[in-house]
Amino acid sequence: MMEMIAIVDYGAGNISSVRNALSKLGVESKATCDPKEILASESVILPGVGSFGFLMQSLRQKGLDEAILQSINKGTPFLGICLGMQALFESSEESPGVAGLGIFKGKVVRFQRGKVPQIGWNEVLPSGKCGGKVCDEGDAKALFSKGYAYFVNSFYCAPSDASIIAATTDYLGEFACAVQKGNITAVQFHPEKSGDWGFELLKRWTGC
Amino acid sequence: MLTKRIIPCLDVKDGLVVKGTNFVNLQYAGDPVGLAKRYNAEGADELVFLDITASVEKRKTIMELVRKVAAEVFIPFTVGGGINSVEEIQEILAAGADKVSLNTAAVKNPALIADAASRFGRQAIVVAIDAKKNDIGAGAANSDALAASDATAVSDAAADKETTPAWEVYVNGGRPPTGLDAVKWAKKAEELGAGEILLTSMDCDGTKDGFDLALCKAVSSAVNIPIIASGGAGKAEDFADAFTTGGADAALAASLFHYNELAISTVKECCAKQGIPMRCVQ
Repeated sequence: MMEMIAIVDYGAGNISSVRNALSKLGVESKATCDPKEILASESVILPGVGSFGFLMQSLRQKGLDEAILQSINKGTPFLGICLGMQALFESSEESPGVAGLGIFKGKVVRFQRGKVPQIGWNEVLPSGKCGGKVCDEGDAKALFSKGYAYFVNSFYCAPSDASIIAATTDYLGEFACAVQKGNITAVQFHPEKSGDWGFELLKRWTGC
Repeated sequence: MLTKRIIPCLDVKDGLVVKGTNFVNLQYAGDPVGLAKRYNAEGADELVFLDITASVEKRKTIMELVRKVAAEVFIPFTVGGGINSVEEIQEILAAGADKVSLNTAAVKNPALIADAASRFGRQAIVVAIDAKKNDIGAGAANSDALAASDATAVSDAAADKETTPAWEVYVNGGRPPTGLDAVKWAKKAEELGAGEILLTSMDCDGTKDGFDLALCKAVSSAVNIPIIASGGAGKAEDFADAFTTGGADAALAASLFHYNELAISTVKECCAKQGIPMRCVQ
């Protein structure tokens, strides 16, 4: 079990939902905007509400972008939620000209069909891959199970490397709702608002 | 595929859910957390808390409720009722609510929608519209009601004098009519940054004869944001109609669920049988 999870508090996201869910699981977490605390923590969650541009600007101003990159590079488990997933890519149509963290190749694009934002429960379909390798449901690494998750998004990630796609969702077309590679996991939906299914996912990720 | 949402609405006064004599389960009567948990277990996709507290303690009691619900129930919930400033929205969201719904304040000061959406994201801002069918078109003449309001909204209403608004927007629980056409106001709210429209038919509310499908269709085909149909649900088929004929993305009911007249699971099964995508909870 993880001793301390740092939740990156960059000043916009509503982080209380994530903290509430973790504390319900009995996992200690700390909201922080201190790069040192992020580097010292056993795992890191980057939640996200707001715009891509605002998130990246806030991370850079506070030196949090470097802290996140360093933490990921040294192998600390990382979970990006919603905008926190999008931040891992190179750029977003939401904020042209703003560079993302660029950990994954690819960009964030806007839904071209349907009502935007997508708001509500949609089905998560595991791709059968974890960390780029084929795995089955019984595999300990298989974080994602089939189920419904709560989404609120106008944009979605389009990874260049399809092997990182851990799960997909259909919103008038398939998109990557979860990616996974090594110590990095990121989801477009809100596990902290996805009822029991989301709870189980957080449980598996925290290793409780 | 994105599923259609079923949303129980709970009226809250002084931090407690207002209960009637036949309230669903005496064990939880009045207790917002207990009821929220119960509805979550029954398959509710979201919850709406409508605060009808009039006392000076309003802010304190609703904040306590939000914190308690957020700590125990892990599905999205919206808080509405008399919210009229960005600061208040900030407080409610920070306490753990996912969205706020704006009604009277948004009509009186449409800029609030834009301010709130730019600060918290449009997904957090629901604009609630109470609409009533208007056969005589008298509403447009009442645009004085909006004298203190956004100039564009007023001029839109004035420009409408020629055409009879089919549904007129009401605030403050009924009077006076605002002179705003419900469909136009919904479009305006979308432009300003609303993430969803909570559309209540005042004609159908309480009748149990079904949602106002024409109103729902008129608004849902005019905007590109989700519509929550409200007012008039009496049976499971009414919900299915709201999604198919009405084009709604979500449907809300209060007493029907509270008084155990209809189970959420029954509604979902009925809709699923008609091929409507539903998140069915086992």
